[in-house]
Amino acid sequence: MQKTLLAASAALLLAVSPAVSPAFAQQKSVKIGFVSTFSGPVASIGDDMRNAFELALDHMGRKMGGLPVEVIYEDDTLKPEVGKQKAEKLVESDKVDFVSGFIWSNVVYASYKPIVDAKTFLVIANAGETRLAGENCSPFIFSTAWTNDQNPIAVADYMNQKGVKSVYLIGPNYAAGKENLAGFKSAFKGQVIGEDYTTWPSQLDFSAELAKAKASKAEAVYMFYPGAAGVQFLNQYAQAGLKGSIPLYTTFSIDSLSLPRQKDAALGVISALQWAADLPNDANKKFVDDFKKKFGSEPSFYAAQSYDAAMLIGSAVAGVKGNLSDKAAVQKALEKADFKSVRGDFKFGSNHYPTQNFYMQEVVKVGDNYTQKTIATAEKNVPNPHAAKCSMK
Amino acid sequence: MTLFIEQCLNGLQFGLLLFLLAAGLTLVFGIMDLVNLAHGSLYMLGAYFAATFAAWTGSFVFGAVLAIVATLLVGMALEVIAMRRLYGRDHLDHVLGTFGLILFFDEAVRLIWGAGGLSLPVPAWLNRSIEILPGVQYSAYRFAIIIVTLAVAAFLYILVMRTRVGMLIRAGASNREMVGALGVNIKLLYTLVFGLGAALAGLAGMIQAPILTVQIGMGENILILAFVITVIGGIGSIRGAFVAALLVGFIDTLGRAFFPQILVELLGRQAGSTAAPALSSMMIYILMAVILIVKPQGLFSANSR
Amino acid sequence: MTRALTPRNLVTAALLIGLALLPLYVALTGDRFMLTLFTRIVILAMAAVSLNLILGYGGMMSFGHAAYLGLGGYTVAILSFEGVHSGFIQWPAAIAVSALFALAVGALSLRTRGVYFIMITLAFAQMAYYLASGMARYGGDDGLSLEARSTFAGLVNLSNKTTFYYVCLILLFASIVLVWRLTNSRFGMVLQGVRSNETRMGAIGYPTFRYKLTGFVIAGTLCGLSGALIANHTDFVSPSMMFWTRSGDLIVMVVLGGMGTLFGPVFGALALLFLEQFLPALISAAVRPINPAGAAKAGEYWQLVLGPLLLFVVLFARGGIDGMLRSLSRRGADAEKARHD
Repeated sequence: MQKTLLAASAALLLAVSPAVSPAFAQQKSVKIGFVSTFSGPVASIGDDMRNAFELALDHMGRKMGGLPVEVIYEDDTLKPEVGKQKAEKLVESDKVDFVSGFIWSNVVYASYKPIVDAKTFLVIANAGETRLAGENCSPFIFSTAWTNDQNPIAVADYMNQKGVKSVYLIGPNYAAGKENLAGFKSAFKGQVIGEDYTTWPSQLDFSAELAKAKASKAEAVYMFYPGAAGVQFLNQYAQAGLKGSIPLYTTFSIDSLSLPRQKDAALGVISALQWAADLPNDANKKFVDDFKKKFGSEPSFYAAQSYDAAMLIGSAVAGVKGNLSDKAAVQKALEKADFKSVRGDFKFGSNHYPTQNFYMQEVVKVGDNYTQKTIATAEKNVPNPHAAKCSMK
Repeated sequence: MTLFIEQCLNGLQFGLLLFLLAAGLTLVFGIMDLVNLAHGSLYMLGAYFAATFAAWTGSFVFGAVLAIVATLLVGMALEVIAMRRLYGRDHLDHVLGTFGLILFFDEAVRLIWGAGGLSLPVPAWLNRSIEILPGVQYSAYRFAIIIVTLAVAAFLYILVMRTRVGMLIRAGASNREMVGALGVNIKLLYTLVFGLGAALAGLAGMIQAPILTVQIGMGENILILAFVITVIGGIGSIRGAFVAALLVGFIDTLGRAFFPQILVELLGRQAGSTAAPALSSMMIYILMAVILIVKPQGLFSANSR
Repeated sequence: MTRALTPRNLVTAALLIGLALLPLYVALTGDRFMLTLFTRIVILAMAAVSLNLILGYGGMMSFGHAAYLGLGGYTVAILSFEGVHSGFIQWPAAIAVSALFALAVGALSLRTRGVYFIMITLAFAQMAYYLASGMARYGGDDGLSLEARSTFAGLVNLSNKTTFYYVCLILLFASIVLVWRLTNSRFGMVLQGVRSNETRMGAIGYPTFRYKLTGFVIAGTLCGLSGALIANHTDFVSPSMMFWTRSGDLIVMVVLGGMGTLFGPVFGALALLFLEQFLPALISAAVRPINPAGAAKAGEYWQLVLGPLLLFVVLFARGGIDGMLRSLSRRGADAEKARHD
């Protein structure tokens, strides 16, 4: 009986093994894994990133360096350990050439190791975990976004210029929230009267924190709540009677996805971003117009960064003429960043993070629509502040 | 002092809202002996219905009323289609089956309304702050919540304590077989009670919709709190649910309001600010464990009455 | 001979042999991801086996079993973070921590019954969850990455995926044997007696509380060990591994596979993780002929299928997978008997 069993299972094994592929055959296509959140309350962000990534592929004729492109989208469900499993699947099972996407700092920090260990290039399209730009930087890690502290520093500098003397900080208690508020504090010259960290992502009622902010008599409030939580925060800010009495500053909490739901509650709120829909350059015009045409909505900054990520990967594949097995050459081609970014000129610093401008944006109402208008260029050609901690020079 | 009063009002408002959820849960729990994890899904549906109907009719109040009716109907349909088959099974089956229903409702909502979520704007006449005590400004909408939920609590009290239906409900909570033996149409009673619980959950969802964003999974966060309240209060006891809901509401809000300062003083800024939200959430569970260790049937047990 | 060759035994044997031979398949196809996936399945199966001891055999509905996974994992990760890499220290520490936690939780919560027990175990797991998210030094909500896997003085190298898989598999088999020996011992008989009628067992003179507590602690300890494994597997721990839905997942595994059966939890873990991994692709493939454009998107709605599937199992297939195999075996035996008559 045992023999039959053994034979049967051996036969079974052989039956399923035709999946054996000639792994070292000539590169026939470019495989890209894209990890983002496609389910749950923040699925709209993931969808927006996917739309932009697909639009970029359309603009490239769905080919990179003459090779057809295959993108595998994976859902991290906003959980670090799931993101890591998906990353492992992409590099071990699908054997992708590039991994892109990643909204959340905690997810990317849990997931980057298997990708880098498999010598696969990771092009981060949003998550700004600072350690990946600094002590844990790698020749295989690139970002078309920023680190968590950069945008808040720009906002803090702007508030310094405006002469704001005191501020109350509120943010979520996870990697990006802590790094964001820490970045703000490092640059703000006035007094930080109080700071609150809330449970992420489950806490959505901010009444206790807002009551404290109101009682603190701070001149301004600075907050960071990406995705749906940003909508809640702004609505509750208005309902608590703070809107109009204490000016609100933020980063990453207002975008084209949340604005239609924030509406009046967002009017007048000021934030800083490295990209704006109204940036006057040809690549951006084409991106924004075609995005609106194809998907019927305004692109968000998540979309802009994902579009750039696809374009960057495309430029590198073209740069090495589709020969992706020479990792050093691919790295060089990525470093060149030979593509038209929607944020204008694009170049990488030594740690593979962009050196870029930051723009101050204010929410205004145009007709019946709400939009973010660029009111000032906060800073020009800012290098990533963590390059010094990175061993790559 | 003003801050303290305001935080107490926040706690009261949150506690009363939790009561709406817990009341339905404890009724279903006490009478049908059903552990319904999908209760949070009904709360979510209430919020989605309210946002949708308010947009259709252009009126907040109409939208709210329609949403409550719609959740009531969904609840009754759910009872007839699925829940009825779970009565008499052991709790484990309830947990599993209704866990499956959560997944189903979440995805169904995503299919119907999309992943982005909806918003329900507060009507202009409530979207301001009012001076409820000299020197204490408070959100008009939250104040309205306190009044409406207190009214619902009073209505429930009268319904359960003073009417025939209430008598049956109370009888059902303490001795199920007896009610059936009395010749009452037990099936209909069950459907009605489940519908009532669903409507209360829907009302809670509708009320929360303008404060929170209407989104998928909004029920999961609050569901466990509602369960904790049900258990602390004693299963099947509306009075227990009321007391426990206020207790949890106050602990949660006051913990978040004043715990961080204390911890930052004790542990330093970095460790303290990370530990504070965690520890204030933990207090509710510590409270529950302590109460259950001292009184294994909760504060007001329906059975021991 | 014919009795031994029932479908249930055949499937179980095929499962065990398949698990043992998996690395061979991986070596043949180069599909290394299968090894990663199956290591995870094996570890979670071990956690499910431990839960089955109290849930299936002991009738204790713990809704906080994921806490031990987290405690075991955090013990390993924290020791590694503090510079202690030896598995000879890490693993016994993980076992000790989860045993102590189980002892405390069990001693306090076994005084309650029914739903109150479900909720109090849940409460303790939530406390562990919030405790982990409150530890700023160890990453708080974001979790903690393992710098290196546990070392065993050069005896075994856990960084080798095949080696690690076999370590997990051996521990899974060992825990199945342990549960088998336990349930067939006097202790196990008493435990199962308590499940059916605690009052009677008490009246006969057994100290039921002590028996239940012992079972509870053994289950927690075993689960803590699988927590140490999972930390080594993912090189990462986070509070979310202790969240209440995770405990729900473990219960789903046990019930899906078949409560109170030796191999049920293994079937359950395999089935659930397989569904999670491949149901999206399956739905896409099913939708493609009807609506090619929406196929990829349709796969994302896989929980729309999984949810009712769970309800279906609860309503109509109470014995889970093992129960189905058993009734298949019985039907086969009946048919056989009919033919001989």
